[in-house]
Amino acid sequence: MASLSMPTAEAPASSWGTALLHTLAAEVSREPALAARQQAARALAERPLPSRREEAWRFTDLAPLQAITPALLAPRTTAPASLPAAAAGVVRLLLDGHGDPLAGVTLPVGIESIPAAELGTLLQKPPTDRGVEGASASTHAAAWAGSEAPWCGLLAAATAGQILALRVKGVVEPTLELVSEAATADGVLPLRVLLILEPDAQLELLQVHRAAAASLTTVFLEARLGAGARLSHGLLGQGSGAAVLLAELTIDQEPASHYAFTSAVAGWALSRLEPRVLQSSGAATSRLRSLQRVDGRQIADQHSQVRFEGPEGKLDQLHKVIADGAGRSVFNGAVAVPRAAQRTDAVQLSRSLLLSDRARIDTKPQLEIVADDVKCAHGATVSRLQQEELFYLRSRGIDAARAAGLLLRGFCGEVLRELPAAAAIWQPLAMVLGEEAPRP
Amino acid sequence: MIRPEAPVLLEIRDLHASVADQPILHGVNLTIRAGEIHAVMGRNGSGKSTLSKVLAGHPAYTVTGGSVLYRGEDLLALEPELRARRGVFLGFQYPVEIPGVSNLEFLRVATNGRRLEQGAEELDTFAFEDLVRERLAVVQMDPAFLERSVNEGFSGGEKKRNEILQMALLDPLVAILDETDSGLDIDALRIVAGGVNQLATAENATLLITHYQRLLDVITPDYVHVMAAGRILRTGGKELALELEDRGYDWVDAELAALAAAPLEVR
Repeated sequence: MASLSMPTAEAPASSWGTALLHTLAAEVSREPALAARQQAARALAERPLPSRREEAWRFTDLAPLQAITPALLAPRTTAPASLPAAAAGVVRLLLDGHGDPLAGVTLPVGIESIPAAELGTLLQKPPTDRGVEGASASTHAAAWAGSEAPWCGLLAAATAGQILALRVKGVVEPTLELVSEAATADGVLPLRVLLILEPDAQLELLQVHRAAAASLTTVFLEARLGAGARLSHGLLGQGSGAAVLLAELTIDQEPASHYAFTSAVAGWALSRLEPRVLQSSGAATSRLRSLQRVDGRQIADQHSQVRFEGPEGKLDQLHKVIADGAGRSVFNGAVAVPRAAQRTDAVQLSRSLLLSDRARIDTKPQLEIVADDVKCAHGATVSRLQQEELFYLRSRGIDAARAAGLLLRGFCGEVLRELPAAAAIWQPLAMVLGEEAPRP
Repeated sequence: MIRPEAPVLLEIRDLHASVADQPILHGVNLTIRAGEIHAVMGRNGSGKSTLSKVLAGHPAYTVTGGSVLYRGEDLLALEPELRARRGVFLGFQYPVEIPGVSNLEFLRVATNGRRLEQGAEELDTFAFEDLVRERLAVVQMDPAFLERSVNEGFSGGEKKRNEILQMALLDPLVAILDETDSGLDIDALRIVAGGVNQLATAENATLLITHYQRLLDVITPDYVHVMAAGRILRTGGKELALELEDRGYDWVDAELAALAAAPLEVR
């Protein structure tokens, strides 16, 4: 893939998004750019940058995004040296938005690359789609999201020049690790991944996104789980300084499929995760576990959506937050249980730790239940470290700082222990708590 | 064992304390020497538990007067963690559950803090496991509890055993056991009391805070103190506990009324 020239001084762009599109125009219009990408680019061009007047962005200030240069990051010439070696039983793909992540890699048995010819068809609107005009054509999960396609998804779909598209058959033994690192320059690292899990396929997937410089990592991952398929999906987002992460994850589940998602995100000036899970006929199992930590003036946002389009679906969701400094955390957990989704069993919990008087936490469960024969529970708590727990530890000779650390580790552990085992080399606990950790 | 020449470990003088601006302790006096076992008895609300929390340094309690010397040092000036490392131990009436913190790791960090203070070397994970397995025998505790989160999902009896296990590891000089017998069935009571007896030496001292005589059937105190209205009303030997069992606490009210607000010197 040809590298793009950096932006030149132009007339002021109407928004950061159009400025970025402007730098990409030549590439997007070129054959054989995918129709899906062109479509996303057109839709993005018509959309202003999300503003805080929109409900979904009410608490999330995009200033850190606008501070990033709206141009693609230059391709990296060598593999980043700072990455820990891949663990045994892990197949690592390095994504840099330019090079072919499959070059020189032997894919594990059960995973094959989807040819470009087929990809175009896969990304077209499926016939069953309840799509909305303007939605990114590829995401029938995204289409139900509301009156508009998610902006984060559009941005990633419009900017990503290549798509890592993989088909999974049978039980894949190794963990598939997708790693990106925006380490060098000022700009955008766009990543797009499509995973098709055939019926009864099984895969463990770990996404790791790290950033050291003022950069935007924009991720659009789609996974389609056939009947009986199982996907264990971990996501680690380790930011720093002025870095921004925007991640759109759309998961479509056929009946009897099992999706387990565990994320840990910390250190970004701004991060936004939008996991959207659609149980297209119900009768599937979704398990979502997330942990985000903010400190300084960081903003971490998760907007999740789970929708049951048929009966007997299960959801177990836990979202945890640690808010320190003058950090800001946002969680919005939408769960839609329409009439067709009888006997749905859904639990959503949000647990937030407020460690500073200057930090702010906004948490909002949003359950829309139309079906009448369902079990749907939700709860949200915001608390400080429990004084009785702290005193108990101190009364055993553990100093206040270490006691607080132990309590924090316990708080994080509930989520982190559900990450795929391969996550251990990335030291997720140290990453979340901002302690000594592998740094880009 | 009472030895008048034994060193004084804890000296409480005219201690006043309050919680949430509510005065609870109104002048507690108590001297504890090495080798002694003291029992503080009294009704609910008499200030027994407050005394134990104040000695351990619970931040919700404010000392408003008096002093506490621990081996000649001002105990009240120390942070709770330093009190523990120097050898003051509080066994909680309601041990706190701490989700996500491994019991084994918690015990190791606590034990090493105390060991450093004692001039002993820190134990690595392997050496510590050997030690903890040996000490488990004191309370006949299943090693499986080491793998769980601190007290999480433990029964009442298991929590109390875990308290005594901590005591066995921390090797305190003054152990204050707050209602250690509450919520225990008779077998668990015997095990816990057996642990306390086993750990009592001529060098350390135990302060039992209890409501009932039954703990004192299995741990023989050298002194029994009756607490009421935030101070120690009467001190005697183990026969005082039997007398309380016989006569109940009603006489305490009469004595309190007679004393009115007069200051009290006990022992």
